[in-house]
Amino acid sequence: MIHFDNVTKVYTNQNRPALDHVSVDVDKGEFVFLVGPSGSGKSTFLRLVLKEERPNSGSIHVAGKDLSKLSNFKVPHLRRRIGCVFQDFRLLPNKNVYENVAFALEVIGKPRRFIRKVVPEVIELVGLEGKAHRMPEELSGGEQQRVAMARAFVNRPMILLADEPTGNIDPATSIGIMKVLDRINRTGTTVLMATHDAAIVDSMRKRVVELEDGKIVRDQSRGVYGQAY
Amino acid sequence: MRANFIFSEVWIGLRRNLTMTIAVIVTVAVGMALLGVGMMINSQVSKLTGFWTDKVELSVYLCTKNAPFEPCKNKGTVTQEEKASLKQTIEALPDVERVQFENQAEAYKHFQETESNRTLLSVTKAEDMPESFRVKLKDPDKAEAVAASLKGQPGVSNVVNERDLLESVFGFMDKLRYMALGIAALMLFAAILLIGNTVRLSAYNRRRETGIMRLVGASNIYIQLPFVMEGLIAGLIGGVLSGVILIIVKVFIFESIQTYMAAPLGWDTVAGVITATMAIGVLICVLASFVTLRRYLRV
Repeated sequence: MIHFDNVTKVYTNQNRPALDHVSVDVDKGEFVFLVGPSGSGKSTFLRLVLKEERPNSGSIHVAGKDLSKLSNFKVPHLRRRIGCVFQDFRLLPNKNVYENVAFALEVIGKPRRFIRKVVPEVIELVGLEGKAHRMPEELSGGEQQRVAMARAFVNRPMILLADEPTGNIDPATSIGIMKVLDRINRTGTTVLMATHDAAIVDSMRKRVVELEDGKIVRDQSRGVYGQAY
Repeated sequence: MRANFIFSEVWIGLRRNLTMTIAVIVTVAVGMALLGVGMMINSQVSKLTGFWTDKVELSVYLCTKNAPFEPCKNKGTVTQEEKASLKQTIEALPDVERVQFENQAEAYKHFQETESNRTLLSVTKAEDMPESFRVKLKDPDKAEAVAASLKGQPGVSNVVNERDLLESVFGFMDKLRYMALGIAALMLFAAILLIGNTVRLSAYNRRRETGIMRLVGASNIYIQLPFVMEGLIAGLIGGVLSGVILIIVKVFIFESIQTYMAAPLGWDTVAGVITATMAIGVLICVLASFVTLRRYLRV
């Protein structure tokens, strides 16, 4: 599903590569934690999957497509198959829960009848039934992140990228978030989650890929976060 | 693609940057109106040129009793013999189409018809008017040569190429036209910069929305369209305003000077000018939005 082959990424004006000859394979339906300290290359990895950045060398395949051969014109179509969740939720403050989720479908031109059908389903999947007409500011952090997950998942992507989704949320609420991610993973969606949260990684017992200074230092199935942190 | 979604986005964008939108509209309106005035003067001049070129004559003025011209000094009024030989000379010239003699009475009548200065009218008598030959040329461009050959002839006080008189009027209109076009160019430049700024502001205001649109895979055109539409609508409103200004200019300025201009500017020309300026205005607005969008909106 995601295939990195010897990928190196150096940002302009920086000597040290953000990713240094990284090769990794993520299969369909896998749940992978991407761990490592700040600046180790986790976010760069996710940005490369979205083709927000291009690698300096190496090749990347996502959902069967070679990203170097994907024209800019087709990038939006790639992104429709990838859902994204961030630490800062990125909800639209002037739209309610339903509208925030529906926005993702509206802007890719889905018919209204389809939107009316699937949005409530997804809102229920993330555990926000009955809160469809709340505004983001009326919700807790955990609930806002659930809205973001609903938006990321509403188009049934093949891959869900989560960049520190529990970074702004207290540990008790984080468990609920992880349950939703797990539920999404069980529908067959590949989940790739970058995180600092050792407790979560340890409790989930999923595959762990650890980055340090842009290199993969560990790739372990059913792993734990590690001891250094 | 859903039209009402795009339009609500455009409306929100225009309202958020209301002052900038107004600035764009006013600049476009004034710039386009000046461009239109330039074009109207242009077609007025070419119309007049065509009209007058057919009628232009050489006037060969003859000496009167007290003519102040150098060739007539100490010679007094032109004699009958001089007139007769002059007529023959002129008729013999190959470029001359026909010659017409204007006597003092006719000249006086003509003068009274065209002159508006009352003091001058009251003191001028028929005897003061010079007699003249009106020479119509086959080719108006030969006027200089014919005038030069007639200037030294006995009894001739002065030869006037009427085209020179017209040329000074045309020269003035030319200056007006270049001024209008110059200011129009400056205004258009200002409009482009203003539109660039507006687009930057609205790209900044909407960075959340566009960021999410990008993330969920909205196509580039879907993301860019609201911005380009903002430019288009501002350009369109500006264009309509400039059309109104041009109609006012036509009614109050061109119509009032038409008394002196034998070839009036028709409404069909004005309509053409308005259409052209509106199209240019809208095109410039859309292009300016599109170009700045590429800089400020990552897709």
